[in-house]
Amino acid sequence: MEDIHPAPNLDPMSQPSHSVTSAAETGASAAPIRKKDYIQVRDFSFNYTPAVRVLHGITMDVPENEVTAFIGPSGCGKTTLLRNFNRMNDLIDGISHEGTITVNGQDIFDPNLEVISLRKRIGMVFQKSNPFPKSIYENVVYSLRVAGQRNKEVLDEVVERSLKGAALWEEVKDRLQQSALGLSGGQMQRLCIARAIANQPHILLMDEPCSALDPIATAKVEELIMELKKQFTVVIVTHNMQQAARISDRTAYFYLGRLIEMDQTLKIFNNPQKKETEDYISGRLG
Amino acid sequence: MVWFSGMWLGIGLLMIVTLLGVIVKNGLSIFWPSRVMEVELVEGSPAAIQGAKVLAGEVRKIQEKSVQAEKGGTAREKQLFVGNRDAFGFGFRYVDESDIAKISYPEGIVLAERVEYGDLIGYPVSLKLATGEVKADSADFTALLEQTVGAGNARRGEIESIEKDQIGKINHRMGVLRLSQRKAELDGKITEDYRTEIAAELAELQRRYEILAGKAAALRAEQKAGLFVYRLPTGIEREIPAGDLMQYYYPNQIGFFGRVGHFFSEIWHFFSREPREANTEGGVFPAIFGTFVMTLLMSVAVVPFGVIAAIYLREYSKQGPLVRAVRIAVNNLAGVPSIVFGVFGLGFFVYFVGGSIDSLFFPERLPTPTYGTGGILWAALTLALMTVPVVIVSTEEAIAAVSRGAREASLAAGASKWQTIQRIVLPASVPGIITGLVLAMARGAGEVAPLMLVGVVKLAPTLPLDTVAPFIHLERKFMHLGFHIYDLGFQSPDSEAAKPMVFATTLLLIALVVVLNASAILLREKLRRRYASSAF
Repeated sequence: MEDIHPAPNLDPMSQPSHSVTSAAETGASAAPIRKKDYIQVRDFSFNYTPAVRVLHGITMDVPENEVTAFIGPSGCGKTTLLRNFNRMNDLIDGISHEGTITVNGQDIFDPNLEVISLRKRIGMVFQKSNPFPKSIYENVVYSLRVAGQRNKEVLDEVVERSLKGAALWEEVKDRLQQSALGLSGGQMQRLCIARAIANQPHILLMDEPCSALDPIATAKVEELIMELKKQFTVVIVTHNMQQAARISDRTAYFYLGRLIEMDQTLKIFNNPQKKETEDYISGRLG
Repeated sequence: MVWFSGMWLGIGLLMIVTLLGVIVKNGLSIFWPSRVMEVELVEGSPAAIQGAKVLAGEVRKIQEKSVQAEKGGTAREKQLFVGNRDAFGFGFRYVDESDIAKISYPEGIVLAERVEYGDLIGYPVSLKLATGEVKADSADFTALLEQTVGAGNARRGEIESIEKDQIGKINHRMGVLRLSQRKAELDGKITEDYRTEIAAELAELQRRYEILAGKAAALRAEQKAGLFVYRLPTGIEREIPAGDLMQYYYPNQIGFFGRVGHFFSEIWHFFSREPREANTEGGVFPAIFGTFVMTLLMSVAVVPFGVIAAIYLREYSKQGPLVRAVRIAVNNLAGVPSIVFGVFGLGFFVYFVGGSIDSLFFPERLPTPTYGTGGILWAALTLALMTVPVVIVSTEEAIAAVSRGAREASLAAGASKWQTIQRIVLPASVPGIITGLVLAMARGAGEVAPLMLVGVVKLAPTLPLDTVAPFIHLERKFMHLGFHIYDLGFQSPDSEAAKPMVFATTLLLIALVVVLNASAILLREKLRRRYASSAF
């Protein structure tokens, strides 16, 4: 069976790298090297159909153990890029791409790569919480079950650890065998986070995880994200700029399928280099 | 427009309710013991039976009839069920109301169900037993009659048990022995020892058979020993063996609760007994059982077939002109006349598949076919083929309705496509699959035409399930309620006598379909609650 603990890095990228590499036209800003890059995107373009190109030559690096936020108006391609990281776009017919994306040094479009093993290393939380119509327990252990784990002790331990990690344990520990569909919206989303981290992935992708939640639930999830970045590399798509400012270390601004600017969050929000970024942040656009 | 469409819906509902009402009323009234009316006719009435002016019977129908103008337009006539088919040669008589001189409901009249010739209606006269004749007016006649009929029923049960079960087992064993000898001969492995061994066992079985047959013959003779003497309403005295009486009651004596009790016991007999007298009397148990087993077999065959096809069409195949053509073909398959499926089933399943099975596995039985003739398995498969489009379509819809979110969550968690189908898509589609099954059963259980070609019979000697190994006999022919209706209503020698049975059987068939559907729907509701997020 698949090891449930993170495998040692397959091919650690040891090349010296700048933490931010923007597309040529955006102009690079030289930030100090702090952490190695985990996801590297190089000249990546993506088409849904040959005529519809939604991403244009994206080049970026997502550093390890940080929260990277993707912001931008609707339809700017941020979710599409996020869904490329674990190849969820494979479900769509007629897609094509150019350029490369590497995760931990490995080309994710390598034909020899098994998509399943890639997805095991990348957890994903969706915009709309989507628990399975199963018990809370079975929801959390789903990724282990499909990997063939049958040992009850391991599963119990994973359930407790993941639910604690998702700050849900105290609320549901007495009703693990009840249907997950009986939870509140915020609880469901945290359950989805617990499910995403159960297999101890390296990366956690979050696609607007708080868009359907009330402020209290949002605060809980945000707190959780801050906590999660100690263990995981988090990439979050958000429409909420305050949220991006609060929780992310780095922010990337997308507009019409192009990466306009990517830098440390404080810089983006206080001193953006590009006029489009400033317009968007100050609310004149989008 | 709302009113217009609503009106048509109303008319449709009204028609359905009326039809059901007619079936329920006619179907149930046969079990209700109505009073027996004795009629005295005026002189020269054409209704007189064998010249007698008196006749008695249950009033089944009162209707208007047109008569010649000089008599004055219309007249009313009664249809009386006079029974005693052995004496009169018919069971029903129409009597003009103008011909009736006197109507009475005599207390002493008895209505008895017999093993032959339908019901008897008459006045008991005496019982001629070995111990002597007991007159009907003597004090112990009632108790004695009850005892005699009870003993006769017990003896009949015993005869049946001997002839069907015990002799049946011996016959089965003899057949097996002969077949194994024939098989050894065909394989060229026959030895003289084996031949004598089989001959010895056959002789032993033959000896046991003769003992049993003797026992049965003795019991039969006993059944004929006592005589029940009765007087017809027309005045003639007749006698029948007391052992031929199955049950009797005094229709003009029993009270309301007696009637209700009789009503339910008649319904129970209808459910639980086997048909007699060309299916016009007795119960329909083999037909209920055959319909039920065949529908279950069909469900067992149709669900995996339909679900796997739907999974392939929806999840794996590349959506294109070819798949679209396949889908159109599947939908059109549902519109093919059922008799065509019957012909296909006969040609493919019975002759080709069944014939091949016979020549491969049962060469010793040839030329008698085993699977190469109509049987419950082929009937179930033919109907499964006929109803598979329904299951495919509804399963496809259910699969398509499984939310994208759930699929993506599963794939993102590292599940393969098949794991996602197995763990997420199929469980959520179960209610939709069951919807398809309900529709398939509703169509399959009521279908008759194709069955006539692939295994349904008027009277099946054995049930497809019994206590002889291997317990399930898929090659056997069976009875079916739908065919039973056709047979009773249109092939029966006495269609007037069979009419109530037709209604009762129709009611039963509808009830069976409703029960099968209701249980599937209940199951679906239960599952739907469990998978509350699913759209189906």
